Amino acid sequence: MTKRIMLGNEAFARGAYEAGVKVVSSYPGTPSTEVTESAAKYDEIYVEWAPNEKVGVEVAMGASIGGVRSLSCMKHVGLNVASDPFFTAAYTGVTGGMVVLVADDNGCHSSQNEQDSRYHGRGAGVPVLEPADSQECKDYMKLAYDISEQYDTVVLMRSSTRISHSRGIVELGERVEREKIPYVKNMQKYVAMPAMARKLHIAQEKRLNEIEEEAAEFLVGEGALEQPLNRVELNDRKIGIVTSGICYQYVKEALPDASVLKLGMVNPLPKKMIADFAQEVEKLYVIEEGNPFLEEQIRAMGVPVYGGKDMFTIQGEYSARMIRSGFGLETEASALEEATGNAEIGDAPGRPPLLCAGCPHKGLFYVLSKLKTTVLGDIGCYTLAALPPTSAMDTTLCMGGSITMAHGFEKAMETSENTVAVLGDSTFIHSGITGLVNMYYNQSHGTVIILDNRITGMTGHQDNPASGRNAKGEPAPAIDIATLAKAIGIQHVVEIDPFDVKELERVIKEETAREALSVIITKRPCAMIVKQTNIPRNITDRCRLCKQCMKIGCPAIEEEAGHPIIVADRCVGCGLCQRVCPFDAIDSADTQESEGQ
Amino acid sequence: MDKNILIVGVGGQGTLLASVLLGNLALAKGYDVKLSEVHGMSQRGGDVVTHVKISDGKVKSPLIEKGEADMIIGFEKLEAYRWLPQLKKGGAMFVNTQEIFPMPVVMGQVEYPEDIDKMLADTAGSVKEFNAMKIASECGSTKAVNVVLLGAASEALPFEQEEWMKVIEENVKPKFVELNKNAFMMGQQA
Repeated sequence: MTKRIMLGNEAFARGAYEAGVKVVSSYPGTPSTEVTESAAKYDEIYVEWAPNEKVGVEVAMGASIGGVRSLSCMKHVGLNVASDPFFTAAYTGVTGGMVVLVADDNGCHSSQNEQDSRYHGRGAGVPVLEPADSQECKDYMKLAYDISEQYDTVVLMRSSTRISHSRGIVELGERVEREKIPYVKNMQKYVAMPAMARKLHIAQEKRLNEIEEEAAEFLVGEGALEQPLNRVELNDRKIGIVTSGICYQYVKEALPDASVLKLGMVNPLPKKMIADFAQEVEKLYVIEEGNPFLEEQIRAMGVPVYGGKDMFTIQGEYSARMIRSGFGLETEASALEEATGNAEIGDAPGRPPLLCAGCPHKGLFYVLSKLKTTVLGDIGCYTLAALPPTSAMDTTLCMGGSITMAHGFEKAMETSENTVAVLGDSTFIHSGITGLVNMYYNQSHGTVIILDNRITGMTGHQDNPASGRNAKGEPAPAIDIATLAKAIGIQHVVEIDPFDVKELERVIKEETAREALSVIITKRPCAMIVKQTNIPRNITDRCRLCKQCMKIGCPAIEEEAGHPIIVADRCVGCGLCQRVCPFDAIDSADTQESEGQ
Repeated sequence: MDKNILIVGVGGQGTLLASVLLGNLALAKGYDVKLSEVHGMSQRGGDVVTHVKISDGKVKSPLIEKGEADMIIGFEKLEAYRWLPQLKKGGAMFVNTQEIFPMPVVMGQVEYPEDIDKMLADTAGSVKEFNAMKIASECGSTKAVNVVLLGAASEALPFEQEEWMKVIEENVKPKFVELNKNAFMMGQQA
């Protein structure tokens, strides 16, 4: 048996591979991205990046109807975008097995909220599985496809940052190729118009009830690893805990002697199993990150819950230590407590993330900061420009929200002067295009700036419809954003290098003052995808200490005894600091090239 | 045997490769192992931490909490200091002396703490602080700083020299294997 260390997300992809999945269509989003990236490495699976999550789920649905097993992966907020097809696919059911994988971000490591996607699964009326480690990520995926086909339903696979981004040991199995299920036209099932939808809703309710009744027989894993999907681990009967996912690991570490009901399926709940477990133990507790999803349903069953959200928060991530302390258990003093009496250190300066050295966005936000422009921002690396020293972003709400909010803002302010919407190329294609159409149609005078860095940056450099490559890394047609804007009918479309800061400043002033809709496309590739010169810059004695160079927020520029200095091994030689220096005081250090690995 | 190793640094310093090497060593040796890491926004120059938990029993939670780390490998001094609360009584620290100023320090809003060396020495069971960047650079690439630090930390880890060499061979691009092996051994002598 081959064992590998696998990221939870790699294990999900492995599970899909072993289950014979043929089609994957996803939009990247932390913490879900690596599932699709890993799936793309298997030659047997067709994998694509979709422009957004709604497209991804629809493609997967089409593939299912076409008779093969399919998958669409996304982060929690992506499921909001995909909710339209998701909620109705939950009625129609499937032909080939279909799984929607959603990864929640408890703790907001890389997200704008920490919504709890279990509610989407319950709201839509589909089974929701929740694995607790990398091995389970793989095993649950295979079971999900069997459930999907056996009960004719989409299955929601719910992960979280700590499951997706932890690595653990996984036993690999073989891929089982599956015969394509022949297509048979079935408009009663697949045309969701009112008369059919009412019947489909009845069928959906019936199958959920069947799944609930039969869940006790669901087994997951192979050979020695085979276990019931929902399982009771009876130990000391004083404390009984209902839990699932990553919280199961925290519970087992904090309270190794407690009795545990581990739910592998959190929708529909095995009500009888929960009620029986509650009878077996003296006090029942529910431990779950996020909202009281399990707890409220268990209370609604009339089962007394001794402790749940009254003991543990709805905020952020849990830990074994937090559970120990909730149960009043002692923890051993740390080295720091022993040495100082304090558990914490108070004076470590924070280290907020920042745009990389050489990042093309820096040129734009330097200018916007200088012009004190109101910036309706969006989701991507560039959201970091909201932080000092540029502080050049006023709002960030959701993917594509910059354009539409700028339009509403203009209608309220009755002007669009010195105001811009800013978003990246991938975000624009994800859900900015419709907003731009709205601006054109409803006669906005606004200015939209699209940061075209040729890649989807923040999630780790995935290709997109404007990058010229597909999810497998092969050449692909690239959308030209300027042509698209012009095709809508927009007259003022400017393409510019964001490092040409003087010209960029002139263009932004001109376009924001213009009483017409404009699109500015800043074109320069992400610093992480193109080779940099790596010839470090050097601040000479011509420096007059104006510190303009420090306003771009470059990680390579620090201050030493009141003088800005460039740290050579962090400088990538992009030259932006030279361009903003009014006294021409910055040179290329010398011709000595630092070595890159 | 339980070994909890916390690897901390600044996004982009190569902390992830260090944890992957440790994970694969543990797997090859038949131990259970879990790693937990940071992806996404924080990777862009923010503070990053990787938890590595190795056990001859079963690892449950992937997280190393306050007072649970047998060892902290710090790629940057302030980051080693930030994670000091996680160190177990008598725990060991291996710290690169490099200082990378975070933006609030660059902007003059706060000071980079001056007494880090003393705090580490007063708290930890043992501290090895050295210029791992310089050694990596002498070996041919500053990017090998992760392997230099692992070399230094190897004295407190349950793996043999040949196991280290093998895991480097299996996880590093062929043309950088010799460089990394050399960097590892230089770290051992630091």
